[in-house]
Amino acid sequence: MLRRILGSHPLGLAFAAPYLIFIGVVFAYPIVFAVWMSFHDYFFAAPGAVVDRPFVGFDNYVTVLTDPDVWRSFGNVGIFLIINVPLTVALSMLLATALDRVARAKTFFRVAYYVPYVTASVAVVAVWLFLFSGNGLVNNLLGPLAPEPSWLINSALAMPTIALFVTWKGLGFYILLYLAALQNVPRELYESVSMDGGGRIRQFFSVTVPSVRPATLLVVLLATITGANLFTEPYLLTGGGGPNGASTSPVLLIYQRGIEQGNPDIAAAIGVILIIFVLIIAALQRRLVGGEDR
Amino acid sequence: MRRRIIPVAGAAAAILALSACSGGSGGGAGGMDSRGDITIWYSNNEAEIAWAEQMVESWNAENPDEQITAQEIPAGSSSEEVISAAITAGNAPCLIFNTSPAAVPEFQRQGGLVDLTDFEDGEDYITERSGDLAEQYRSEDGGFYQMPWKSNPVMIFYNKALFAEAGLDPENPSLSTYDEFLETSRTLSEAGVAEYAINPAPTSEFFQSWFDFYPLYAAETGGTQLVEDGAATFDSPEGEAVADFWRTLYAEGLAGQEQYQGDAFADGYSAMAIVGPWAISVYGDTVDWGSVPVPTSGGTAPEETWTFSDAKNVGLFTACENKGTAWDVLKFATSEEQDGLWLEATGQMPLRQDLTGTYPDYFAANPAYEQFGDQASRTVEVPNVPNSVEIWQTFRDGYSESVIFGEGEIPTFLSDTATEVDGLAAGD
Repeated sequence: MLRRILGSHPLGLAFAAPYLIFIGVVFAYPIVFAVWMSFHDYFFAAPGAVVDRPFVGFDNYVTVLTDPDVWRSFGNVGIFLIINVPLTVALSMLLATALDRVARAKTFFRVAYYVPYVTASVAVVAVWLFLFSGNGLVNNLLGPLAPEPSWLINSALAMPTIALFVTWKGLGFYILLYLAALQNVPRELYESVSMDGGGRIRQFFSVTVPSVRPATLLVVLLATITGANLFTEPYLLTGGGGPNGASTSPVLLIYQRGIEQGNPDIAAAIGVILIIFVLIIAALQRRLVGGEDR
Repeated sequence: MRRRIIPVAGAAAAILALSACSGGSGGGAGGMDSRGDITIWYSNNEAEIAWAEQMVESWNAENPDEQITAQEIPAGSSSEEVISAAITAGNAPCLIFNTSPAAVPEFQRQGGLVDLTDFEDGEDYITERSGDLAEQYRSEDGGFYQMPWKSNPVMIFYNKALFAEAGLDPENPSLSTYDEFLETSRTLSEAGVAEYAINPAPTSEFFQSWFDFYPLYAAETGGTQLVEDGAATFDSPEGEAVADFWRTLYAEGLAGQEQYQGDAFADGYSAMAIVGPWAISVYGDTVDWGSVPVPTSGGTAPEETWTFSDAKNVGLFTACENKGTAWDVLKFATSEEQDGLWLEATGQMPLRQDLTGTYPDYFAANPAYEQFGDQASRTVEVPNVPNSVEIWQTFRDGYSESVIFGEGEIPTFLSDTATEVDGLAAGD
């Protein structure tokens, strides 16, 4: 009986136990608890308070799915992903390829691209506010071509501006992923394309792009997850999701509903829907980009 | 596969069951008359820290067996979130001298606050100290879950130098009616003395309406709250007049639609600001300022003008072990003597009746504060209703769209938002 429970190598359980406990406490419990909250009339209460938290079935999900603010926030993140993900993949792949071929000051360029990634958004946002405010540098350069209303208070441009900011900020990390992937591309492949008369562009599309496909899938997935978790940038760049909620992300809405307004059950329901949304997008991307080494 | 799932699911169910049970025990074990050491939190601005330190020192010197341990409220994106988290964790201090009235209904629902009328002299102490103003802080069940403490009646500050530069009278500015205010703003704008005539934060946070729409709405209605008797009040000619006024300011570029990084008034980016007397110590040395009551459509006399209180109160939390001591400290900290020291240290108005009559020497020595002292008797608080924060966020979203960015009609915004607010106030 004991052997049946512990298996043929009980010592292995002892080695695995710390990790299992860590995963259980840090990942599994919060997720399971969030799902539980989303099916109850739940709110945070003092340890001493006697409160009723009845099971409400799908009521919270109905509330969420009939809330136009929620739909809008998912639409906003959709706009974000459409801009951010392709731009991240294209720019990081191109820059990584270029960096891979740079002979001099390689470290300088790598650090230069990486610095925005490791700098806190709170610090970098001030620079972007300076650049993209109504009388900021970008509008001064554009002159009469400057948008009216300006970037961050323009309901059509606020989310694309945030997408650009996040792309720029995260680029360094994705470049490093591609640089690592490029180390595994055999040089002979480039030489053979070259022997067949293929130039740099041909080499890029025929060798580099297919060779780094696993890295591309990883970049796409990470960029999508980053986008789905968007919070700091709209919170700071557009003062809490403005204008008119045009830059409100689902996570910002979770914060408002759950923390500011004291409705963690509704926030949990949005969170569960967000997880499903990300899983669907990731599955579609995997099918489109292709993740298997063939 | 099935064999693997069952133990995991069982463990998860056990954890959930335990967590569900943990919501039902108790706050601080001590009763209402329990005595001993207590902890308190206070706000983190310099003047308030100085006052709190002397108050604690003074109490501790006289009460060796009931010592206060005090600290600034822990940093967070807002004090409301910090307090809510502390309530949930069960480690809230006994007293917090920075409790926002808008958050009180939620803290009450969480079971985090003590009803101060449960103390034998609670009801009498609060109503005698604050008079009629206290009623705005009474909860729906008739209790007081907050001690009305201090207010910052919101008024219009203006930059005298910029007014003079624009050819306006800096001693008697024409800002009483909406028409006068708009005309003065246009003059300031045409003279190019500042980027904007006035620049309240145009951002989407739920509390921003307390510093643009709400003070003017209080003035226009003679002291009506946003929600009264469980229903929104702002879908009215008065609400529309206020919204129209602000929309004109934004539409004509007299107020900014974009968030300013810094203090627009202190930096001369705007010629006027809409703030409370806390700003006096901030602007005192940097700006030659004057202040007037907020405008109304018809030009109400200053002595009859209402405004938003921007109050912060004191909460006594259920996690407190020694509630008897906490109540005594609360009365000590809001005594006539301590309120006087508070006034001296911060310039913010204690929420007590006949303020100017109680501290005549202070107001004689500080005439700049006198009108705030007088104004403090005509302040409107945020409504003490369920879903308070959600109501303000709903209002802000609609206001932002139709007033700040001019999309959609104001009557539609008012009626649609009022319908939503009615539902939220009913607890839906």
